[in-house]
Amino acid sequence: MARITASVFTSHVPAIGAALDLGKTQEAYWQPVFQGYEFGKQWVKDNKPDVVILVFNDHATAFSLDMIPTFAIGTAADYTPADEGWGPRPVPKVVGHPALAAHIAQSVIQQDFDLTIVNKMDVDHGLTVPLSLMCGAQDPVQGAWPFPVIPFAVNVVQYPVPSGRRCYNLGRAIRKAVESFDEDLNVHIWGTGGMSHQLQGPRAGLINKEFDNAFLDMLVNDPEAAASIPHIDYVREAGSEGIELVMWLIARGAMADADGGAKPKAVQRFYHVPASNTAVGHLILENT
Amino acid sequence: MSLDKPYLDVPGTTIFDAEQSRLGYHLNQFCMSLMKADNRARFKADERAYLDEWPMTEEQKQAVLARDLNRCIKAGGNIYFLAKIGATDGKSFQQMAGSMTGMTEDEYRTMMVAGGRSVEGNRVIGEDGTAQAHRQPQGKH
Repeated sequence: MARITASVFTSHVPAIGAALDLGKTQEAYWQPVFQGYEFGKQWVKDNKPDVVILVFNDHATAFSLDMIPTFAIGTAADYTPADEGWGPRPVPKVVGHPALAAHIAQSVIQQDFDLTIVNKMDVDHGLTVPLSLMCGAQDPVQGAWPFPVIPFAVNVVQYPVPSGRRCYNLGRAIRKAVESFDEDLNVHIWGTGGMSHQLQGPRAGLINKEFDNAFLDMLVNDPEAAASIPHIDYVREAGSEGIELVMWLIARGAMADADGGAKPKAVQRFYHVPASNTAVGHLILENT
Repeated sequence: MSLDKPYLDVPGTTIFDAEQSRLGYHLNQFCMSLMKADNRARFKADERAYLDEWPMTEEQKQAVLARDLNRCIKAGGNIYFLAKIGATDGKSFQQMAGSMTGMTEDEYRTMMVAGGRSVEGNRVIGEDGTAQAHRQPQGKH
């Protein structure tokens, strides 16, 4: 059967993608950010997944205000990197895993989570920046990402976004869905976005290292407590865009201990301020 | 029955909720249209004429023409949509975010490199942090 063996958590700041694409990774400003992902790049080579479920949010790219799905799963064969207004990122197209994605959709909807099913979607920096961070630069034409990806988009743009508790429980449902897939697949689930940041209004630039580090502690050791954090705490403490952290709870809820299994092992933890307007956080958890 | 909006007392912050989204629908969809290169070119050639193709309010159009992002947000804009205007102008996300604070680009960048804006005094309206109304606009320029 398929099984989820690990989860990866990371911010998905667009400027990180721009720094990579413009060859700025060794500049003093960016060097510490990329240094923090050296371990992860090696780890993902050594523990190569057969497929990654990548939880992210679309930033007014594939979804305008015409349609705003709260949870959307990509079931397509492939996804094109989007032009977000600056031109598309020079990265390879993202190959999907339609068989597992369709299986997850069927199972998770039967577990009372009403997913939107997406068969055509361009993917923005929310999805491609985590891939770049964990897999390094890839030639847009000759290159390819090392594994197929199931995009899982969460609305965190228009409020109210789903609660942390609902995201955590959705992760549990995804784990059950994966474990009922007959093919023997090694699956990773990534939760992206965050950490503290605010991109709007006179409070723009807000960073809260204490909140972020307490969240990282909680996510590793007491995910139930992390799932109980109300929206207003994210907004007040981590900035209006810090609410993206609810997406990390989907990946965390898919780990074995959320349903009575063994506690995962944290093999990497990294935190850095700033990348542009944002605090960068990164964790890797392995099921034991 | 009133809706639960516990975020209204956060200073310097407008939460893009269902009501703001309703107010800003056409403004935000105008922004989406700028994801196409030929629309960006048409907008740049005659901004007013391009805006007049959209059923936006005059206030929304004026806010866009003035590139006043705080005013755009008040009129229902959302930053991820408004970012398409910045992209059209060749601005980075940091330049856009900084433009809402009253700080210069250098002042804002320096604040971020130094660890960002502190949450102290900026949690609830009425405290004395940098994002409070009585401290606006920020910056020394």
